[in-house]
Amino acid sequence: MYAQLVETGTKKLKTLDEMGPEERAFQERIDAEIKIEAKNWMPDSYRKTLIRQISQHAHSEIVGMLPEGNWVTRAPTLKRKLQLMAKIQDEAGHGLYLYSAMETLGADRDEEIDKLHTGRAKYSSIFNYPTLNWADMGAVGWLVDGAAIVNQVPLQRTSYGPYARAMIRVCKEESFHQRQGYEILLHMMRHGTEAQQEMVQDAINRLWWPALMMFGPSDEHSPNSAQSMAWKIKRHTNDELRQRFIDQTIPQLEVLGCTVPDPDLKWNEETGHYDFGEIQWDEFNRVIQGHGPCNTERLNARRNAHENGAWVRAAAVAHAEKKQKAVA
Amino acid sequence: MSQWTLFEVFIRSKHGLNHKHVGSVHAADAEMAIENARELYTRRNEGVSIWVTPSAQITATASDEKEALFDPSEDKVYRHASFYELPEEVGHM
Amino acid sequence: MQKYDDLTEFVLRMGDSALIQAQRLCEWTGKAPALEEELALMNVGLDLVGQARNWLDYAAELIGDGTDADALAYRRDERNYRNVLMVEQPNGDFAVTMLKQFLYDVWQFHMLSKLRESKDDRVAAIATKSLKEVTYHLRRSSDWIKRLGDGTEESHQRMVKAIDDVWRFTYDFLQLTEQENALIDSQVIGDVRDVAAQWQTKVNAVFVASTLTVPKPAEPFYLNSREGVHSECLGALLAEMQYLQRAHPNASW
Repeated sequence: MYAQLVETGTKKLKTLDEMGPEERAFQERIDAEIKIEAKNWMPDSYRKTLIRQISQHAHSEIVGMLPEGNWVTRAPTLKRKLQLMAKIQDEAGHGLYLYSAMETLGADRDEEIDKLHTGRAKYSSIFNYPTLNWADMGAVGWLVDGAAIVNQVPLQRTSYGPYARAMIRVCKEESFHQRQGYEILLHMMRHGTEAQQEMVQDAINRLWWPALMMFGPSDEHSPNSAQSMAWKIKRHTNDELRQRFIDQTIPQLEVLGCTVPDPDLKWNEETGHYDFGEIQWDEFNRVIQGHGPCNTERLNARRNAHENGAWVRAAAVAHAEKKQKAVA
Repeated sequence: MSQWTLFEVFIRSKHGLNHKHVGSVHAADAEMAIENARELYTRRNEGVSIWVTPSAQITATASDEKEALFDPSEDKVYRHASFYELPEEVGHM
Repeated sequence: MQKYDDLTEFVLRMGDSALIQAQRLCEWTGKAPALEEELALMNVGLDLVGQARNWLDYAAELIGDGTDADALAYRRDERNYRNVLMVEQPNGDFAVTMLKQFLYDVWQFHMLSKLRESKDDRVAAIATKSLKEVTYHLRRSSDWIKRLGDGTEESHQRMVKAIDDVWRFTYDFLQLTEQENALIDSQVIGDVRDVAAQWQTKVNAVFVASTLTVPKPAEPFYLNSREGVHSECLGALLAEMQYLQRAHPNASW
């Protein structure tokens, strides 16, 4: 999940009777699965929550380019290089689709990006973990994009039209990312050397728990979920999505012939789901609060890109103005 | 305020179809907006033609005008072919 | 240093140049001056890796000893690389990067236009396919040269400095060798003898529109990509690019 812990600003759900006529019409529209569009009336808290959620999602796509950028210059074959470049490029594109949806709510992209750079906006905790060997490129595609897809597929039906349409586009394009990642791992397991197989297991060991943390805190610690669900900007709880991800991923893990670092993981015949161990929430909280292994590097990289590019963006504006004057 | 202008992007996905709104891009001028739109919205062969226009230049209907603007056409069923019943022997018309 | 027949050497030169230019573009990941530019730089990079693969596939077939494009890309030392000197130069700032891209695009554009007429079918086919991509690359990089040259005082100064740094390497792709002339005479490759003049005309036009001064033609001096005498920076670039293949010689990826 690329948007974790999105503040809604409301601690208690209003009933329809407690709402004014405009808000009531708005909520009824959502209940009837009619999309809210940019020009429709919406409560201020809905607008602000969506801006927070979509920008967090967009920031995650953009920061998410960095751990992959770490390997794009070292991809081992021309084919793998092309695939990774295309994937990174899609991530930039998905960030832009999302910023574009966010701007329909009246938010300004540069202002929201400034919030990221000054630590006032979040992005997914997962991208604060390092990518330490080539198999991480496979594990990121398989586990991280896999977790993102589990989250994003229901968001295609989210109540805000521009967001839903951006998600449809993202999901369509992202289908190759997960397969690409899995194929990297499968190839190394089936055709690789012992050293390569160790890389795969090492990557899964390091990324498994952080991938599960992507879905955010457990339901009893998600004070904002109820409001987000009522607004249909979140369609399933964190724990539901996390369970869905685990259930679909473990059979794929078995095909790889690998394990996950969780001694408590086992199939539960009764529930029809996998049981799994306790997530280290103190680690999650530390990463979210800016103290993960790579938070500093990721933010510095984004800030530097922005600052080093300032003269380029200014030059483009200056040139456009000169051209405009020449025409006038 | 964003340094570059926000442009709305419309793509014709195939010859013979209308341009359709797909989203927006930031750019210093219209030429750059076209290039940026091409990079962003046609990475998978989605387009044969692109229009861009500054977002500020779009005028839209307000949501509370919906009834006044669109409801009156609801009862003008005589504008639709299915309103006119013809005997079967006339065939397709 | 390994020497191949004239055609193979030429094909390697085209492929290696595209690959090294793309590798430098990959270094921009996450560092571009605008998010839109991340996509654009990567798009050009993708096209160029694709072109490199087509050229190197063909080179491998011509060599015919069981080698393949990946082995050529990832197992050759810098002394055996044939890329033009300019593309291996460090990225510097966005002005240097765009200038290198532009000067390379103009060269590619005119080379590929002529190479479409090669008697060698493969060369003609790769050139025809690549030219469509390069036409767009050139349009974009020309636009950027104008924006930066005729943008702000700072951007103009950065372009002037970039030209100072980069121009000296341009001799290396503008001059033809005896072997390349032989390929032209036998029509194996199209007649690229006019490319230097066409390159100069286009560069002059864009520089003038960008309020930039065109330097005197660069003179050959010591470095010679055809003999594998590259700048120091190519070794470090390859060490990074080839790291996995070198560290795990028996691996399959």
